Amino acid sequence: MAGRLPLLGFVDPRRSLNRVPSPVLALALPFFSVMLGSLTPAMPLIASAPILPPFGLLLLLAWRQVRPGVLPIWSGLPLGMFDDLFSGQPFGSAMMLWSLTMVALELIDMQFPWRTYLLDWSVSAAVIATSLVLGMLFAGSATASILLVTIAPQVVLAILLFPLIGRLVARLDHVRLTPVVELR
Amino acid sequence: MAPPSNRRSGNSRRAQYSSFFSFLAGFIGVGVGAGFLIIAIADPSAFAWLRGTASDAVSPVSSVAAKGRDSGSNLIEEIGGYFRAGSQNALLRRELALAKAKLVESKAIAEENARLKALLKIADGKPAPVATARLIGSTSSSTRRMATLHTGMSDGIAAGMPVISARGLVGRVIETGSMTSRVLLITDGESMVPVRRARDGVAALAQGQADGTLRLRLIDLGINPLKPGDTFVTSGSGGLFRPGIPVAVVSSTTRDGALARVLSDPSASEFVAVEPVWSSALARPTTAAGPAIRTKAPQ
Repeated sequence: MAGRLPLLGFVDPRRSLNRVPSPVLALALPFFSVMLGSLTPAMPLIASAPILPPFGLLLLLAWRQVRPGVLPIWSGLPLGMFDDLFSGQPFGSAMMLWSLTMVALELIDMQFPWRTYLLDWSVSAAVIATSLVLGMLFAGSATASILLVTIAPQVVLAILLFPLIGRLVARLDHVRLTPVVELR
Repeated sequence: MAPPSNRRSGNSRRAQYSSFFSFLAGFIGVGVGAGFLIIAIADPSAFAWLRGTASDAVSPVSSVAAKGRDSGSNLIEEIGGYFRAGSQNALLRRELALAKAKLVESKAIAEENARLKALLKIADGKPAPVATARLIGSTSSSTRRMATLHTGMSDGIAAGMPVISARGLVGRVIETGSMTSRVLLITDGESMVPVRRARDGVAALAQGQADGTLRLRLIDLGINPLKPGDTFVTSGSGGLFRPGIPVAVVSSTTRDGALARVLSDPSASEFVAVEPVWSSALARPTTAAGPAIRTKAPQ
């Protein structure tokens, strides 16, 4: 099927005939986009409070919700490791939380085979809030002064942003499956 | 949306195994993550080399972006400048006249100060910076407050060195890569800076709260003498930071101290300077700050 493909512009229907998606792109793009989200701390924004939503986690969740099965259950471990390199959290924090997330979402999928937009969003909201609170506990275990108030704006922002990230991932999914490799 | 049918295992033994093993892999991931986390909490510097290498690898991109930020903000300021050129000119002339008078005054004071210090044989406590560099990133979505600095071991940066902007103390270096280093900002919950009130030397400890403010705890408990607007500077005790670096202004008082706003806004400072650890700059015998820091610090 051809038509308007987001980000790549208009693709001539004839140019998509006899072509298949690139397997490399199809496999790597979800991983690559989550890793790009994890690189947010390399942006030149020197924040004095935790304000930015965890883009890596949001993208991981969105890929998991939009395209179940594209990211395997074990992918929480390597992607979390990459996130830990830059996030400033103690090393292993995202590895553990993201792995837990993937397992939990798989279990939720088994419970609710027919899902709705609202269910997806509320499950993601619960995951986001839990990970941020647990992440805060892992990071700030030495001090009692860090309060829930500190991360409340971040949690709210991340939850409200999630549907938008879902849209972004849906577009990336189109790109992922663009037929570019010619069949011979 | 219903899940893809290939994820229902049914009677197929192969599908059942594959589902089982992928769950197993997921749980192994949780376990491995927990293991790393325990190591990292027990020894926060355990994976420093890994983080250093990673941030070295992305630093070219970050530093270009950081330059973009500077020129971006400058452009807006320049355009804004045209709109208030006239009134600003008059204001600046008046300020210049005042400043000239003050300058003469302060030169005299500086001379007197130098003379008195020589008399007391106190070395001037302002060491030359080891390096100046841009802050190229920060942990903007974690409750830890750390920033990445675009200079590292190759420039002689070592852990423990204070990082100072034109407006005040920013933090100190905690980890170094070869081209980048990680700065623990003073607003981090694990940063503790010994400070004193600039006016009269009331001593306190400034601890970060991870939300851009500091909590000041007075060392001598009793009647709380702090008032909103009091300025705090580093006291120099502990030997890490030289005395007299501006740190924070009290915004509201609490029972045992105060909440304070940080003076240096790292997001607004284009360049920061890394100074040697203060007590090593004075070539003092080792005190509380740890000998490992001192041996690495260049002079």
